[in-house]
Amino acid sequence: MAEEPQNNNAYWAANVRIILISLVIWATVSFGFGIILRPLLMGISVGGADLGFWFAQQGSILVFLGLIFFYAWRMNKLDAEFGVEE
Amino acid sequence: MDQYTLNLLVVGASFALYIGIAVWARAGTTAEFYAAGQGVPPVMNGMATAADWMSAASFISMAGIIALAPAGGYTQSSFLMGWTGGYVLLALLLAPYLRKFGKFTVPEFVGDRFYSKGARLVAVVCLIVISVTYVIGQMRGVGVTFARFLEVSTDTGLYIGAAIVFAYAVFGGMKGITYTQVAQYCVLIVAYTIPAIFISLQITGNVFPQLGLLGSYAPTGGDVAFLAKLDQVVTELGFTQYTSYTTSTLNMVLFTMSLMIGTAGLPHVIIRFFTVPKVADARWSAGWALVFIALLYTVAPAVGSMARLNLTTTFWPNAVEGNALDGDAISLEQINTNPELSWINTWVNTGLLAFEDKNGDGMIQYYSEGSANMQAIAAERGWAGNELTRIDNDMMVLANPEIAALPGWVIALVAAGGLAAALSTAAGLLLAISSAISHDLIKGSINPNITEKGELLAARISMGFAIVLATWLGLNPPGFAAQVVALAFGLAAATIFPVLMMGIFSKRVNKEGAIVGMLVGLISTSVYIFLYLGWFFIPGTATYENIPANWLFGISPLSFGTIGAILNFGSAYLVSGLTKAPPREIQDLVESIRVPKGAGAATAH
Repeated sequence: MAEEPQNNNAYWAANVRIILISLVIWATVSFGFGIILRPLLMGISVGGADLGFWFAQQGSILVFLGLIFFYAWRMNKLDAEFGVEE
Repeated sequence: MDQYTLNLLVVGASFALYIGIAVWARAGTTAEFYAAGQGVPPVMNGMATAADWMSAASFISMAGIIALAPAGGYTQSSFLMGWTGGYVLLALLLAPYLRKFGKFTVPEFVGDRFYSKGARLVAVVCLIVISVTYVIGQMRGVGVTFARFLEVSTDTGLYIGAAIVFAYAVFGGMKGITYTQVAQYCVLIVAYTIPAIFISLQITGNVFPQLGLLGSYAPTGGDVAFLAKLDQVVTELGFTQYTSYTTSTLNMVLFTMSLMIGTAGLPHVIIRFFTVPKVADARWSAGWALVFIALLYTVAPAVGSMARLNLTTTFWPNAVEGNALDGDAISLEQINTNPELSWINTWVNTGLLAFEDKNGDGMIQYYSEGSANMQAIAAERGWAGNELTRIDNDMMVLANPEIAALPGWVIALVAAGGLAAALSTAAGLLLAISSAISHDLIKGSINPNITEKGELLAARISMGFAIVLATWLGLNPPGFAAQVVALAFGLAAATIFPVLMMGIFSKRVNKEGAIVGMLVGLISTSVYIFLYLGWFFIPGTATYENIPANWLFGISPLSFGTIGAILNFGSAYLVSGLTKAPPREIQDLVESIRVPKGAGAATAH
């Protein structure tokens, strides 16, 4: 069992990496496309408005959904890889 | 059958269902009372979380806030992104680890992780302030909905609502609340989407409101995009273009962030993740919760924008085909005689809508007085100001079925849906308050030797008291509900979220750091809000006028939760760095909550 702490540390590092990637996407679609970058995306029109408007009112919510399910799926796989699942 | 009887039948049937479920799912143990015995499957827990989360504000107010925003509908997108984006933070940063920790309340985690009764007590104070301020809005929502649909006074409505919550929350505990919330979710989502589908079909010809929002305007044959039509109609009347960009990117970013981390820090939402059997289920459960929330949240901007166009073209009939100002405004005679417009007087009676024929021309001109262009037109045509003097945000969703002339049963359904949204959130908040009192205060501090039966009784009694307090505050609300909710989110963002995150992601943050951090977040955020919105929300006590010129670095009090959270993180790390590292067993505890293996059932310890 001497390897367990090392195994757990590697598991945690992998988890933190997945979290960071997910949070970058989370911030890009909402704060990025939805708010700060909207003026740059004004040229791309989406049904009567622009891409930034769509991300602010619809798109970011759909991406959030995808992110949570991706994380749950990816972590369950990671749990199994490291043998730490319940 | 008249509308009143229909409302009574539908609302009565929904209440009978809730009480029936509560009797079936009575809680017998503290584990059932606090965490539904950890036996709730993820999909069902997601549904209950969605009902728990979506309050009177989401159901009744949000679409109207977006639709009628003076700076344009886009600027209120913060609510849409903020109230859903918080679930990403919950799913990734908090829920799985708190479930692994396997206790019943948020303060209990804080107390154990920071090995300190003091830290636990500070967390209890934050939790109670957050939940009590939040529950006031729900009780008001119940009162207002009753008043409109069941022709009782707002106060009587509040008493009826409190009695219903008492019946199923006190006896059922988390178990009763969870299964009731599943039913309440079904009622509220059906009530929200049916009128939305009808209105989307009318305006855009698309059965899905989410696609209708991007679709074309159907009444003129579909050559114009719906949002372009809306922009054209509102700007013609001098209002800000609906899709126009924000004037303060900084505040929009900070406000969205405050709502996101505030959502992730709301205790009544967090405790929902204690009810699932496994860590993996906590992860899935957050996803399912957002699926059910997104069903309403992606529809809300469509409902808001379509209701705004519907309302405007009702007052300017010519706007349907061409330009509003090429024709006359709606006449008083029309309002009083046309049966399709009878809703206008119905809503005037509730006080949520008001008009006044200022220039006595027998017509009601609805336009923006602030616009220079409109002032010129008004002078030329002899108008004496905007004559649609009040449109309440809350009216947009509640009156939607009537504006769109939908059948009576849809109107009754909306009444039941509004009540379901308010009651389910109130029950979740009351449970969070009662478990903090009975489990953290009484069992955790005052009488650790209390028996299981004694604690269960204490939990029920504190729930009873919490309901009485919430009812009293609902009858005598301090300030405006919106300001009070801003405080709840600001505080959740500045206190609970940072302390939980540091407890999981740092082994170095110690008890001194956690306590100082929470106090800094609590005090800085509440003081900043009180400075501009009145001390303890007592009208007239604000130190500075609430205008952008007075704000520190231009940060609105509503957006301050993000700053409070940064101050909390900063001071906690600083103080922890200057004091002793946490003991070995605490560092081991952190190690163990990071790994799913061996979660088992929660223990009362």
